[in-house]
Amino acid sequence: MDASERLRRTMMFVPGNSPAMLKDAGIYGADSIMFDLEDAVSLTEKDAARTLVYESLQTIDYGEAEKVVRINSIDTPYYLDDVRVMVKAGIEVIRLAKTDTAEMIQQLAKDTTAAEKEFNQPVGSTKLMAAIESAKAVVNANKIAAASPRMMGIALSAEDYTTDLKTHRYPDGQELSYGRNVILHAARAAGICAFDTVFTNLDDEAGLIRETKLIHQLGFDGKSVINPRQIPIINQIYEPTQFEIEQAQEVITAINVAHEKGSGVIALNGQMVDRPVVMRAQRVMKLAIASNLVDEEGNYLEK
Amino acid sequence: MKNSIGVELPENLMNQYHYQPFITTKLDYSEISRVAPVVRINTNQSKVVDSLIDLIKENVKDGMTISFHHHLREGDQIFNYVMQVIINLGIKDLTLAPSSLTNVMNEMVIKAIKAGTITNITSSGMRGTLGKAVSRGLLKNPVIFRSHGGRARAIATGKIKIDVAFLGVPNSDEMGNANGMSGKAVFGSMGYALIDARYANRVVLLTDNLVDYPNTPASINQTQVDYVVKVDQVGDPTKIGSGATRFTKDPKELKIAQMINEVIVSSPYFKEGFSFQTGSGGAALAVTRYLRQAMLKRKIKSSFALGGITNSTIELLNEGLVNKIMDVQDFDQIAATSMRDNKNQQEIDASWYADPFNKGAMVTKLDVVILSALQVDTSFNVNVLSGSDGIIRGAIGGHQDAATAKLTIISAPLTRGRIATIVPKMTSISTPGASVDVVVTEYGIAINPQRQDLISYISKIPGIPLYSINELAQKAVDIVGEAQLPEYFNRPVGLVEYRDGTLIDVINQVKI
Amino acid sequence: MEIKKTVIAGTLESSDIQITLSPATGDNLEIELESDVLNQFGNQIKKVITETLQKFQITKVHVKAIDQGALDCVIRARTITAVQRALGQTEPAWEEL
Repeated sequence: MDASERLRRTMMFVPGNSPAMLKDAGIYGADSIMFDLEDAVSLTEKDAARTLVYESLQTIDYGEAEKVVRINSIDTPYYLDDVRVMVKAGIEVIRLAKTDTAEMIQQLAKDTTAAEKEFNQPVGSTKLMAAIESAKAVVNANKIAAASPRMMGIALSAEDYTTDLKTHRYPDGQELSYGRNVILHAARAAGICAFDTVFTNLDDEAGLIRETKLIHQLGFDGKSVINPRQIPIINQIYEPTQFEIEQAQEVITAINVAHEKGSGVIALNGQMVDRPVVMRAQRVMKLAIASNLVDEEGNYLEK
Repeated sequence: MKNSIGVELPENLMNQYHYQPFITTKLDYSEISRVAPVVRINTNQSKVVDSLIDLIKENVKDGMTISFHHHLREGDQIFNYVMQVIINLGIKDLTLAPSSLTNVMNEMVIKAIKAGTITNITSSGMRGTLGKAVSRGLLKNPVIFRSHGGRARAIATGKIKIDVAFLGVPNSDEMGNANGMSGKAVFGSMGYALIDARYANRVVLLTDNLVDYPNTPASINQTQVDYVVKVDQVGDPTKIGSGATRFTKDPKELKIAQMINEVIVSSPYFKEGFSFQTGSGGAALAVTRYLRQAMLKRKIKSSFALGGITNSTIELLNEGLVNKIMDVQDFDQIAATSMRDNKNQQEIDASWYADPFNKGAMVTKLDVVILSALQVDTSFNVNVLSGSDGIIRGAIGGHQDAATAKLTIISAPLTRGRIATIVPKMTSISTPGASVDVVVTEYGIAINPQRQDLISYISKIPGIPLYSINELAQKAVDIVGEAQLPEYFNRPVGLVEYRDGTLIDVINQVKI
Repeated sequence: MEIKKTVIAGTLESSDIQITLSPATGDNLEIELESDVLNQFGNQIKKVITETLQKFQITKVHVKAIDQGALDCVIRARTITAVQRALGQTEPAWEEL
């Protein structure tokens, strides 16, 4: 599957120094698992967490999930060892905390290439992600998103960002509206993924639903998750409706008919089907399958 | 001699205890005879006595069988009080036959064994220090483990002959009319104690709450009771059960619960009028919440919920999603007090609940049950009694009985810490695989191959990862590694009866 | 090689193992293990610790391990971290990773 095609509804944070959470992280159906070497790990345990995540990646089966690591920012003494050890471990994506400029990503890309060579990984195989955590980063978002062909996505990290804005998080999320839109556009313009920030109040299910509906509407690929309990809630919001599925199936049938005819023009109900419609239909079907809404033959399942 | 599960049963033991090997979970239509208790005619105007010591001196003799119930769970203050008196009086060679043993009783039982007061035990199970001591050979004679239904059967048929039953109750009048629904030590249904009240030769009620005569509703009534003893406190309310059983927040348990729910609603049993039992485990409880959503969505109501009851079952009753609760035990105060106010919450005794040798127990009408496991083997047999180190740390409870339901689901994390739950060989067998249909873990489920019908239903449902039980066992080993199996002495410390009284397994003394 | 100072790696949380290395009293590897799964996994835990120490050519050390049901990968990680801390190595232990 093309990396940009992959479903990334949920990216679950797993504290890098917690053996219990590292052990079970694969069972919750997160689309991506993000091993955290940064904020979740105290300064005195950076060495321990890095080694622990490395060893866990060697032996624990994380199934279909995409394996991401959040490394310490570029100005810390942990940064380079984080990159090298994680590249050696064969991590799929490196997420750089506190990415303020495109130069930081370029530096990371350079260090990643060196590490891939050092540890015999295919050069270019490690994808990169930027965490947008400041006003400066939002202003630079377009450049950051396009900083390297390795870029897979950019993510809003709202706790640091709102502090930088001299505000804090509110239930309605107004304070994030500019940042969210900028990040989304930067991502789409660069052809990469956009991830929304975490929702920290675990007991406020209604709040999580409200916020997820908003970012789903805006067009985000998904949301960062701090507890496995949030995963089914978010997935449910990303579920296509029965109408959407049936429409998508019609489009896909039309594609198949066109292919059989050897025709480049896809027609549905006498109208030509545009490429965006095809792509949306394919994404809807992918979501429908991931949400267990269709059976093997593609029939919609009443839940 | 081997039973049908392939367990080698020592011949001498089988003869000594008159056991038949376990053959099948199916019951036939044979006839059995029940026994009746000795009744000492009583015309006293009050049965209240002041001295427990005198009462025990007069009624408890060397070699007798005494019983207790475990409805007060970890808050029980009756067992230790009574046992200490019995030990002090120097009484020997008693058989202890409680409905079960909780941790709060452990030290006293150990003391009584060491004093020679207790030389035989039959129980649903045991845990903690007592389980460890017995597993290491503290008691000369093996403990006989029976399910709740099996105990009712053994008492009714005279296999267990209770001489004196000491029953703690949260209220009673002077003649022995009592119930579990009000008072400081309220525990709701006294389903297990009702059997003792009916079959014991002498019945002693202990209460901290003497109420006006006549006390109604009377779950135990004055025709059964010999003595009423006033005590300071029957039990510690904070330890009998929580106020309301909490909904688990453990993501692993929730994951298992969601999968169990998917299995149930995808099965042919999820239809108008279905019945279910969930037990009190974290995942099992959470299933009740998910089932509620599914029942609302599909507009399905349940005819009855069975077994141990919690506030989440009560919510379903109050919402009209469950017509009746058939209640043998209550796990929290909401469930316990609800029985007093709601005529649709029926107190049932252990025989009505689960006895295989009566004219029809509730479990025979049960559609869906969710049960727990310490271990499950690759033949779907379940162990709820002993840990992976061979040490006794659990209880059969209603496991064997409820497992006869039409859809029996075992809820089991694939691993607990570094201990695998699904294993090629268990340390003991409690419930035969023949009565187990589906095992649900956080990684996926396995369906008993004898249930091809279920396999064809559930394999069509996307989102339920279906494995063979061997694959799950392999997955567990891949995660935790190969555990060393315990070593045993050739000396039985526990005999595990199937509910019909046949022998399903023998637990030997561990070498640790 | 021998360990000359006392260091700790790992925690007492569930699924973790706390490894304390200190100077040996004798001439060998000494492992003192506490674990809830001692009967099931005691030998395996000791084997993983020993093998990891051998990779660093540590021949003389006292190991106190308090295990909370850690998997082999955790035992290995904690032992590596402890050794590196004891030897004052800051560069990742590339040979052992």
